[in-house]
Amino acid sequence: MWQVLREELHPKGLEIVSVALDARGAAVARPWIEKAMARHPSLIDAPHQLGRLGVANVPTGIWVDETGVIVRPPEPAHPRRPAYKDQVVPADASAVERERVEMVKALHVEPDRYVAALRDWVERGTKSRYALAPDEVVRRSRPRGLDEATADAHFALGRALHAEGDPAGAIAHFKAAHRLHPTNWTYRRDAWAMAGPEHASIYGTTWLDEVKREGVERYYPPLEL
Amino acid sequence: MIFRSARIPAAELERATGWALKPEGLCHDDRCVPFPHDAGGDLSLADVASALGMPLVKEEAAGLWALGPGGGGKALDDPDTAVLPDLELPDVNGDPFRFSSLRGQKVLVVAWASW
Repeated sequence: MWQVLREELHPKGLEIVSVALDARGAAVARPWIEKAMARHPSLIDAPHQLGRLGVANVPTGIWVDETGVIVRPPEPAHPRRPAYKDQVVPADASAVERERVEMVKALHVEPDRYVAALRDWVERGTKSRYALAPDEVVRRSRPRGLDEATADAHFALGRALHAEGDPAGAIAHFKAAHRLHPTNWTYRRDAWAMAGPEHASIYGTTWLDEVKREGVERYYPPLEL
Repeated sequence: MIFRSARIPAAELERATGWALKPEGLCHDDRCVPFPHDAGGDLSLADVASALGMPLVKEEAAGLWALGPGGGGKALDDPDTAVLPDLELPDVNGDPFRFSSLRGQKVLVVAWASW
């Protein structure tokens, strides 16, 4: 998804690092990585360590300058218009499926603005208006109170239990993480993926339910460029 | 982060969290927090969690303890630097990769997932 942009901008000094937030690890991420045939580093973040920087959904981008300083905190990052924006609702779709597809199509994405800002930063470095000062980076990063911090610990414990063959024990901790940090989509969607097709009955909710509760406009918040 | 015991050696805490046990207490970079404890003994995770303001969640029957990050602020909480922590993550083949190996280049970190 990113390799075309990477080949354009790598000669100008940009490297892209992709990080898969998949609790089940390389086994599930590998087919996508191999299909992309990317030449940039493709890493696996099974424990969602990037969550500690404020990554709570995907795709999310973080800009880091040559000295290792973050110049844009986690924010939605789409390299191009996603195919799901143009999908057609099948004529025989159920009412729920129709509503889900319409909701997916209504997600807010801004690939053109994002990529233009990225090109500007690669070209102009610290002179780019899109490279933010440290205090602004911190101000824009997500809040982390005791609830969010505790959700991190529950997610880690859920993942450890799942890996040790106790999926039922894991679910209790994933539910706690979801309750404590309801706007963290990576906790939800990864736990649902681990639960398989029965996840809606196990967790008592669906992606559509949660997007309606949260508000579709907040799923990918507008870029503050 | 996950631990396998309610008490851990100071070296394990430092490896996992960056907080080192020193005579003045638990220290990370220039910051130290008082931490009374017996020299040479393992550290109680409950005491560490309390001293550092980190949540501790446990499943004692499974032998698992999880320490969350410090709460009460922002995900990126150091306005003086906003430095990317030197994370180490495996690549798709399991080989470790350190983010500090990218110094000298601009970097776009992209989080994605298969689900």
